[in-house]
This record gives sequence, structure tokens and C-alpha cells, in this order.
Amino acid sequence: MEPQPVAAPEAPPNEAWQRVQLARHPKRPHTLDYIQRLFTEFHEIHGDRSYGDDPAIVSGMGFFEDRPVMIVGEQKGRDTKQKLYRNFGMPKPEGYRKAIRVMQVAAKFGRPIVTFLDTPGAYPGIDAEERGQAEAIARNLREMARINTPIVCICIGEGGSGGALALGVGNHVYLLENAIYSVISPESCAAIIYRESARAAEAAAALRLTAEDLLRLGLIDGIIPEPPGGAQEDADAAAACVRESLRWSLDQLGLLSAEEIVAHRYEKFRQMGNFFL
Amino acid sequence: MPWFKREKTIGTLEAGAKSVRTEGLWLKCEGCRQIIWKKDLEANHQVCPKCENHSRIDAAARLALLFDGEYEVLDAGLTSSDPLDFVDSKPYRERLASMRSATGLTDALISACGTLEGRPVQICSMEPKFIGGSMGCVVGEKITRAIERSIAQRAPLIIVSASGGARMQEGAISLMQMAKISGALMRLDQAAITYISVLTDQTTGGVTASFAMLGDLNIAEPGALIGFAGPRVIEQTIRQKLPDGFQRSEFLLKHGMLDDVVPRKELKPYIATALRFFCGPV
Repeated sequence: MEPQPVAAPEAPPNEAWQRVQLARHPKRPHTLDYIQRLFTEFHEIHGDRSYGDDPAIVSGMGFFEDRPVMIVGEQKGRDTKQKLYRNFGMPKPEGYRKAIRVMQVAAKFGRPIVTFLDTPGAYPGIDAEERGQAEAIARNLREMARINTPIVCICIGEGGSGGALALGVGNHVYLLENAIYSVISPESCAAIIYRESARAAEAAAALRLTAEDLLRLGLIDGIIPEPPGGAQEDADAAAACVRESLRWSLDQLGLLSAEEIVAHRYEKFRQMGNFFL
Repeated sequence: MPWFKREKTIGTLEAGAKSVRTEGLWLKCEGCRQIIWKKDLEANHQVCPKCENHSRIDAAARLALLFDGEYEVLDAGLTSSDPLDFVDSKPYRERLASMRSATGLTDALISACGTLEGRPVQICSMEPKFIGGSMGCVVGEKITRAIERSIAQRAPLIIVSASGGARMQEGAISLMQMAKISGALMRLDQAAITYISVLTDQTTGGVTASFAMLGDLNIAEPGALIGFAGPRVIEQTIRQKLPDGFQRSEFLLKHGMLDDVVPRKELKPYIATALRFFCGPV
């Protein structure tokens, strides 16, 4: 009798790659979904007052359980039209300049800041380069370090390199359970190291970009749980989890003076990576 | 029948008997494709005497160009422990070891202090040959310590960038160095210590998007490739050919992103003058 063909044993599911796909899930709640569920009387603040208004970054004032807070977040679109309008969540320099402008006005009046990170990366295009994408990100990193009110950063999906970090210099930085944060996208990393972007799953594992990895490496402060199956299954439940962490952080950070807030943030980033020297 | 025929015997000169060894004495300029004498190029700090094309130079040559003479290398012992256990075409650990033996450096940056036209300064110089001058935790820590020394000693800081950006092999740890260094630069800014950023070929990615663009003066060498995204990434995104000169120093100067473009041989006098302007006489 002829031997029956045997199905090759399936490769073990790559946990990191599954997380990447969840982080990019088309139904995953975006910044505006969280804003709608967490804040009352939200009013958007537009524009960088020097070039334009970038729809890939949403910013504005709102109240979190009656506390006034400034909100800044990267916004992806849901349908094709929205995706194009939001430039797939890839901010341009005017977006980052708007972000720092509203953070500075919040600090002026002693208001805490909440940022939502969710971007494949800062936009790599001719116009963005011409208007100083690098300078805009660099300035945000330095000026966020100077802000003397609490900053809480929550990575809700894709933490795409410098494009996410430009809103990510916080006193407390959280990742949602299935969010990722990486120095380079797994596809680009695979294109460089394996010369083919199709091996992104391997690169995703090598980059250590899951929430657990980042917590272990000492780069984030906590992981916010998601409802079973992921945030895309139940946006209300995901927002409720975010609410708990946000309340705790604002309470804790509210105890610190303005000088202590700046020092707290500085010391946190100052030691990053030193363990590995 | 042809009226002329090459005598075969003429070609068979005994190899090497009378030939002069010219290999390595002459070079072809990357810019103008002309043949230049290597010693001319070296005497001109690796700048083509015919077309002013600036070739890349290593970190040590850069320090020799800027310091008055002797300088003290600091934090040279810092090394990376490969926190991610990263393996690509070869393990990151092996890559680091081979880079160390090839360059004689432990990582992609030399941090040093000395004098520049008599003024004590801190200079950090990036090494483009060490994994593309990429920034991991060692580069991040060395720069941050240099900034802290600048503040403590009230000595101006000069960082010469030459880097492809954050180092992939250290993942998000490399990324966070951008925030760490920028935070330290905030303190330097508050203390009003002069920081001059010199951008050289090539400065891209996370290095441009952090300390390289945060100088009190941001100056670049002529023709250097400077940008956030690399040209190939942009071409893939927009699916068209990039214009000539895009992301070169002169392009950035035109778009208001640089304070000036300074040729290599004028770099030291330029910095000396700027420091005299900002900090007063030595």
C-alpha cells in the first residue's frame, strides 16, 4: 500500500507576529474611539499655527472624570476614505508641531496630558522631509522632557519608532496587551537582515516588540489588559481597562510637584538601556 | 592578408620585472570621477582637491581635525551586552566582535575632551564604519554622559553625527536613547551651555530625529545626505524617483533646516568663532 501523504507539522505559532497582526487589526479601537469613551466635553484643537492641520494627529481638551486634561493622539482611519484622510496614521511635521504646541499650553495652565500612540511611523515623503520631519520629532522629544505637568502615554496599537516616540516621553508609559512598540517595522527589518520583507514574522520575534518584552527590558511602566480575543472584540471593555490605569496614573502623578514631575520623567528615561552596558 | 601584424613576443614582458607599483597611490574621486593622488587627498582632509567632494572620514580623524592636539578619550570601556539576543545573518554578538577588531573601537562613537583653539570642549564623534554608525545603548549613554560633563564643567559640546539611525539589533532600547539624549539636551539648554551639532554624510533616522537637529547651531558638511527617512524608503512609499540633490546639505539649507553648510577645512575655525561669539573670549 502506498504511504499516505502526511501533512507537515505546523510551525509553532509565532506569538510576536500574532501580536503585530492584532495591533494592526482593522477593527481595533483607534484614538477617537477611546476619546469618545473616556472623556467628556471633548473639543478638538487644530493646527500648528505655522503651516497646517495634520489629520493624522488629533488633539484637544476634555474632562476625564471631571478632571481637565489635554489629549493628543495619532489617528488611523477605518474605511478607505478615512484612511487616506488620516494618511494611514502617519503624521507629518505639522502634526508633531501641533502636538507640542497643545502640550505646552496645557503645561502653562497646569493641566495633565494624555497621549495615545498608534502609528506605523512618521510619514516618509518628500513634503515631510522638506518641512523637517526629523527636526519636528527631535524638538518634541526635548520639549516633552521640559513639560512640568504629568504626561501619561498609552500605546493602543502600533508604536512605530520615532513617529510614536515623538508623543511618547511620558511619566507613565503603558502598552495595551496586544500593542507593539518597535524601532523599525518587522517588514523593513526583514528587508534589511534577510533581504526579503516576507520574513517579517521572524523579524517580529527577533525585535522583542511585545508588551511583555518591553516591560521586561524596563522600557515601559505597565501593560493594560484587553478583553478576551483583543480590543477589537469589545471597544467598551478595552476603554474601561484604559480608564482604570489612567485614573491610577493621574492620581499618583498628581501628588508630585512640578519640579518632581520633570525630574521623575528625566530619571526614568535616563536609566534606559544602562542595565545592558 | 593584413599589412600589419602584432609581434606576439613583444607582449610577453616578464611580469613584475620592470613595472612600477602604482596600486593604492591613485584614487578615483567619487564625485568628479577624476584621478587624484592619494597624498593630495590626505593632505586636504579627504576632500577632493578638484571638485571639493567630501569623502567620509573616521571618528578619530575627525577628532584630530577639531582638537588642538592631545585629547582624552572618555567612557571607552562601555560595551553592549546584546540585550535582545539578536540574530540576523550572524549573531549580533559576533557582529560586534568583528566590528571591534575591524575599527579598534568598542562601539560607534568616540567621546573625548580637549581644547579647541585653546577652549576646553567635549566632542562626541560618530564612527560610520561601526554598523553604519548606528545608535544603541552604548552610543546613547556615551552622549548622555558627555552632556552631563558639559553641564558640570560648563564646557561647550560638539557632536559630529554620521549615522544611519537607531540600531535595529538593540530594538526599542535604541529607540529610547533618542528620548534619553534629548532629555539631557533639555538640561543642557536650561544651563545655557553651547551645543554645536555637525551633520556629516550620512545622518539619517533616529539620530537626525533627536540630537543632530537640536544644536544651538546645526551645521553640515557640503553634500552630506541628511534626512529622517532614507531615500530608498521614500521612493518605495511614493513610487517615484527622487529629485537630484534631495536630502543633501544644500537642499536642507534651502528649506531652512540648517544654519549653514561649512566645508571641512573651515570647520574648526567656524566652530572656534561661534564659541567665541556664544561663550566669550577663551
